[in-house]
Amino acid sequence: MSVSVTADDLEGAPEPRGTNYINAERGIVSWLTTVDHKRIGLMYLVSVLVAFALGGFFALALRLELLSPKHTIMSADSYNQSFTLHGAVMTFLFIIPSIPGAIGNFLVPILIGAKDVAFPRLNLLSIYLYWIGAIFTLSSIVTGGLDTGWTFYVPYASTTNTSVLSVTFGVFILGFSSVLTGLNFIVTMHKLRAPGMTWYRMPLILWSLYATSIVQILATPVLAITLLLLMAERVFHIGIFDPVYGGDPVLYQHFFWFYSHPAVYIMILPGMGIISELIAVHAQRKIFGYKAIAFSSVAIALVGFLVWGHHMFVSGQSELAATIFSFLTFVVAVPSGIKVFNWVSTLYGGSIKFTAPMLFAMCFLFLFTIGGLTGLFLGMLSVDMHLHDTYFVVAHFHYVMMGGTVTAFLGGLHHWWPKMTGRMYSEKLAAVAAALYFIGFNVTFFSQFIMGTRGMPRRYYNYHDQFQPLHAFSTFGSWLLGAGFLLMLYYLLRSLKSGAIAAQNPWGGRSLEWTDSASPPVTENFKHRPVVTEGPYEFTGRAS
Amino acid sequence: MSFTPIDIGSFWLPRQTSTLAPEVDAGFYLVYWVSVGFFVLVIGSMSYFAVRYRRRQEGEKTSTVDHSTVLEVVWTTIPALMLIGLFAVGLKGYASAQVAPAEALEVQVTGEKWLWTFTYPNGTTTVNELGVPRDRPVRLVMSSKDIVHSFFVPEFRIKQDVVPGQYTTTWFEATESKEVVILCAEYCGTGHSDMLAKVIVMDDPVYRDWLDKGGGAGDLPPAELGKKLFTSRSCATCHSLDGSRLQGPSLKGLFGRSEDIEGGASVKVDENYFRESVLNPGAKVVRGYQASMPTFQGLLKDKEIDALIAYLKTLD
Repeated sequence: MSVSVTADDLEGAPEPRGTNYINAERGIVSWLTTVDHKRIGLMYLVSVLVAFALGGFFALALRLELLSPKHTIMSADSYNQSFTLHGAVMTFLFIIPSIPGAIGNFLVPILIGAKDVAFPRLNLLSIYLYWIGAIFTLSSIVTGGLDTGWTFYVPYASTTNTSVLSVTFGVFILGFSSVLTGLNFIVTMHKLRAPGMTWYRMPLILWSLYATSIVQILATPVLAITLLLLMAERVFHIGIFDPVYGGDPVLYQHFFWFYSHPAVYIMILPGMGIISELIAVHAQRKIFGYKAIAFSSVAIALVGFLVWGHHMFVSGQSELAATIFSFLTFVVAVPSGIKVFNWVSTLYGGSIKFTAPMLFAMCFLFLFTIGGLTGLFLGMLSVDMHLHDTYFVVAHFHYVMMGGTVTAFLGGLHHWWPKMTGRMYSEKLAAVAAALYFIGFNVTFFSQFIMGTRGMPRRYYNYHDQFQPLHAFSTFGSWLLGAGFLLMLYYLLRSLKSGAIAAQNPWGGRSLEWTDSASPPVTENFKHRPVVTEGPYEFTGRAS
Repeated sequence: MSFTPIDIGSFWLPRQTSTLAPEVDAGFYLVYWVSVGFFVLVIGSMSYFAVRYRRRQEGEKTSTVDHSTVLEVVWTTIPALMLIGLFAVGLKGYASAQVAPAEALEVQVTGEKWLWTFTYPNGTTTVNELGVPRDRPVRLVMSSKDIVHSFFVPEFRIKQDVVPGQYTTTWFEATESKEVVILCAEYCGTGHSDMLAKVIVMDDPVYRDWLDKGGGAGDLPPAELGKKLFTSRSCATCHSLDGSRLQGPSLKGLFGRSEDIEGGASVKVDENYFRESVLNPGAKVVRGYQASMPTFQGLLKDKEIDALIAYLKTLD
């Protein structure tokens, strides 16, 4: 997409490839003090993958416990602590920082043709805050556990004797990390775009990260305030949420979801951005509906602030509030639908190669479509009365958060792995892993839709015998999922040692990380400052 | 008391045993078929394109068509109109569920860790058994003594959170004389999944008789009454009879044994300690357990405490 490719960037250059951001400096200190956005992105990547493994371990333990009613491998209290930590770790330590922190940090400056983010030191601070927040959150494991669920509903959270304070304080700190990343991205995109990089020449992942950053900056402080109020109530017995002190439990739910629903878009929007890149590059086709996809990200981010009450249809909020929230929930479904239609249309007339990233992108379309459509059931006031707080909800948000965001994250990881590491992984094993993941996912979670509509409530340690076959089926699926992840870990690690050397542009991408930056990139990304002359999706075209 | 499983009426949904259920289910199947339609459209197109436009050779030229105003208008407005329709259907069903008929029988419901109590206009109080007449609307006025619970009857399609410090309401009209399970749907700690109760739907004369006898306790011999109360009053949720440890101490071999209590003393279990523990559970808590048992003051009559003692003695 630009004119500054130099001879030593060309494909197939042998090792050693000269200096790049990984080998420019050596030693642990050079990593801990780096201000290079790519190194920080890589540290985020390792950190969030460790968090994902931990959260996944809890998930497998939960599924194993649910293999049979009552005691299978753990007590009711251990079960409650496990699902709480599964949710808290996956939400706050993995999914929120995953794509912005790891892939976003790595890509944002390269994609706009900049040397680094606007505030590199702030960027380093954000990962330190992430680590500190993670330590506080995880310290609960050894200091009495946490059994409130990741939602910390009051008065349960103000009365339980588990370590609510350390976790809420940890999440409070993690919020600052999230805000700093968002702030950095917004300023970077406004101020550091290369010559010729107009807003409409930005790859769509940048639009989605921009929209995400807006939500991070505006919504996260509300969570911070809510958690501080919760801590004040627990420690000083100031009556805010607990009726014993004159507070209102439903107020807590309003405050909590005022952040945590927009946070759902913090989680899914970056995934949507990745999918736009994967589909265009691996179909070698100009994206269909660039502006529709870009503006639908912004629309989702803005309308997403106004739908939090759909988590509370049966909470005792007023009927009028429930009605308005239901209506706005259907409104926010429209831009998500527009995105899906545009992605599918981008496949029309393309040259589709079933690479690992494309397989994950198609998994995403399949799973996210189910996740989005089942959201309509929950948006309907009457149907939600039956489905609320059942396994239907569990299945729905796993189809969106895991089937959507995690699938996109995996696709992005496979897509940019050659860029990040300079190595190719085994395409064959990647296809097998994607198949295991897809089948395992549907076995695990589709069965939960059926349990939910039949009336199985969530967060149940014990359950009626009638649900045992479906629970067992779901548990078998979790083993397939686990096997898929182990296989991915195996071939990705192996590629670091013995993978083929990656070309600068193995997929034929047209955005700057492929056209102008080596695999892996040099410390300040480009040997020559790129000058941008066309959009990011200008593949070899024909007229129709 | 055994809890009947949820009666499954179709592949997806439980049997419809309230007047509300058909309306909720109609909404469910409407959104279900809309979803199936969109799913087939999206995934069908994706699959067709994936096969039709698979890469046959490197360097193929691809379509540069990058928008279509007609398509964009179509796939924005048609789904938007359909979504407004779904919203309206959902709202209508919700309105039916929110407004109880004026002639409804009113029952007070109290949730607490981990049992439900039901208080009738004549003063009768039952635990975990909500007896109601068939074909008559029943309005529930609900509150919680401790934390948030949620009153969920799958076969009736009703669910309503039960919140401390305020009242919430729901209503139903049962259409079949049978027992239907009540589940707690809002996570409430250790005993959450065992916070089970049941609606006993009865023909009107049977219901009147049931209510007159103070909630169906009847004239059973003491040990049999005690056996029934042991589960219906939720004792079994936290106390085992086989020696295994649940939230509370096991009641196997209770009378005559000696318990260490919080604060250092020990106490020999006799009828008086049992009675005190039921009516004032926080007084002498067995060491190693939390003082989480609710008081049964007003929920168990003297005769019923006698019956529980008689039953537990039969197990020794």
